[in-house]
Amino acid sequence: MSDTTSARILDFITARFPQAEITETEDIFSLGYINSLFAMELVMFVENTFGIRIPNDQLRLDDFRTVKAMTELVNRLRPAAAVPTA
Amino acid sequence: MTDQLTAPAAAPAALPAPPAPDRASARAFTDAHLVPAAEEMDRRGAVPEDLLTLIGEAGLWAPFLPPALGGSGTSMVTLGEIHEEIGRGCSSTRSLLTVHTMVCWALHRWGTPEQLRRWAPGLAAGRLLGAFCLSEPGAGSDTAALATTAAPADGGGWLLNGTKTWITGGQRADLYLVFAQGPSGTIALLVPRRARGVRVTPIEGMLGTRAAMLAEITFSDVRLDSRALLGPSGFASGMVLTGTLDLGRYSVAAGSVGIIQACLDACAAHTARRTVGGSPLRDLPLIQAKLTDMVTDVRAARLLLAEAGRLKDAGDAATIMATWIAKYFASTAAARHASEAVQIHGALGCAPGSPVARCYRDAKVMEIIEGSNEIQRMTIAAEAHRRWTP
Ligand SMILES: Cc1cc2nc3c(=O)[nH]c(=O)nc-3n(C[C@H](O)[C@H](O)[C@H](O)COP(=O)(O)OP(=O)(O)OC[C@H]3O[C@@H](n4cnc5c(N)ncnc54)[C@H](O)[C@@H]3O)c2cc1C
Repeated sequence: MSDTTSARILDFITARFPQAEITETEDIFSLGYINSLFAMELVMFVENTFGIRIPNDQLRLDDFRTVKAMTELVNRLRPAAAVPTA
Repeated sequence: MTDQLTAPAAAPAALPAPPAPDRASARAFTDAHLVPAAEEMDRRGAVPEDLLTLIGEAGLWAPFLPPALGGSGTSMVTLGEIHEEIGRGCSSTRSLLTVHTMVCWALHRWGTPEQLRRWAPGLAAGRLLGAFCLSEPGAGSDTAALATTAAPADGGGWLLNGTKTWITGGQRADLYLVFAQGPSGTIALLVPRRARGVRVTPIEGMLGTRAAMLAEITFSDVRLDSRALLGPSGFASGMVLTGTLDLGRYSVAAGSVGIIQACLDACAAHTARRTVGGSPLRDLPLIQAKLTDMVTDVRAARLLLAEAGRLKDAGDAATIMATWIAKYFASTAAARHASEAVQIHGALGCAPGSPVARCYRDAKVMEIIEGSNEIQRMTIAAEAHRRWTP
């Protein structure tokens, strides 16, 4: 499940920035890609794809810094009974 | 799932269900109440109270809110259709709906259950009107230059200081969504008009959307409790602004489609009536070319709007860029066709009370608000480079 989640997040980011070579543990903020427009798109993507709503107090920079951190956030927030999507 | 909007605590007690509006009902409303009154409202510089009440009775203030919050749960596609129809009749009224929609959307997306309970039912019914306060005398396109500050106050809460200007509906609104420099970036605050230290100065005689009751609003040592903060602070706080502007852009795109349709309706009628050299204007190839472009562009703009709305309904992040493009296309097309509509009407198009003259003035505003044409081009071009530069 984790693999699928991180792969989908990675796919989303690289689709938006085809020229970027991003790994799961790379700090995407340090690459200079993030502006408020992309941050909003990223949050919408994560919420919509994984069926979660990220509460205001969990929209923390560290949870969006890397694909790995976002994957962990999704796994924390995803309802326990949710069936992983392909 | 942590959906604060469907949590029981957020649900207000037994609200009367407003009618669920759609394109057909908005069209009927526009033809009955806006088309006959728009000129008078433009001249007087205000949308009268009885019309504001009628908008509420028709369920048009915030129909996209879920029924639990007093809305009708309409889709974003339908919301776009409603704002198009309203915009066809009166851009000032549509502008009031735009800023109210922005406030309601931000509250819906980011509000705590307590904020939703406090504000949503009144906003949904139109008993409370919202306004969006971003621009300042020294900061328009350049939102990084905001000088309004929200400082953490002694004993908790916030101390708000600064001046906002060009605020649509500012003369009449009850609740201001104010963007200010917080301790670590821009934050959004819900500020009741009646808060001590809020001063409202009307701005009269704008070029367009003259009845939209603009105001300059000054906040002098306005003390707000901690519950005034809407949405996250810190890294994600910019998203409140990005998302709220996205809704504003969507509504302005819809209103621009409405302006093109109004120009087309007026020109089709006028060119059938008016004769030159013994033949109706509509038989002249140069006039036909203008109408052809109006017909084509109104359809194209409507499709771009519907696509942006469909993506919103699907929760698809691609809606943000789709909305930029819809707004850019629709607003520039509206300005172009409103100019041609005046041309087609000749002196009648320049006469006092001419509907196409009002469209011409209103359409110009659409190219400036919610991201000017220049900012739109920069954003869309940046997207092109991001996507297609090898
Ligand atoms: C009728 C009306 C209603 C409004 N309602 C509201 C409201 O409800 N709430 C609110 O907050 N604001 C409102 N506004 C303000 C509106 O959002 C601003 O006018 C808009 O953001 C542009 O800012 P500005 O007028 O300060 O122009 P400026 O930012 O000073 O720009 C002047 C010109 O320079 C261009 N420009 C700016 N930056 C660049 C750049 N980097 N490259 C190239 N060109 C550039 C602009 O496109 C524009 O043509 C309203 C304005 C009008 C006219």
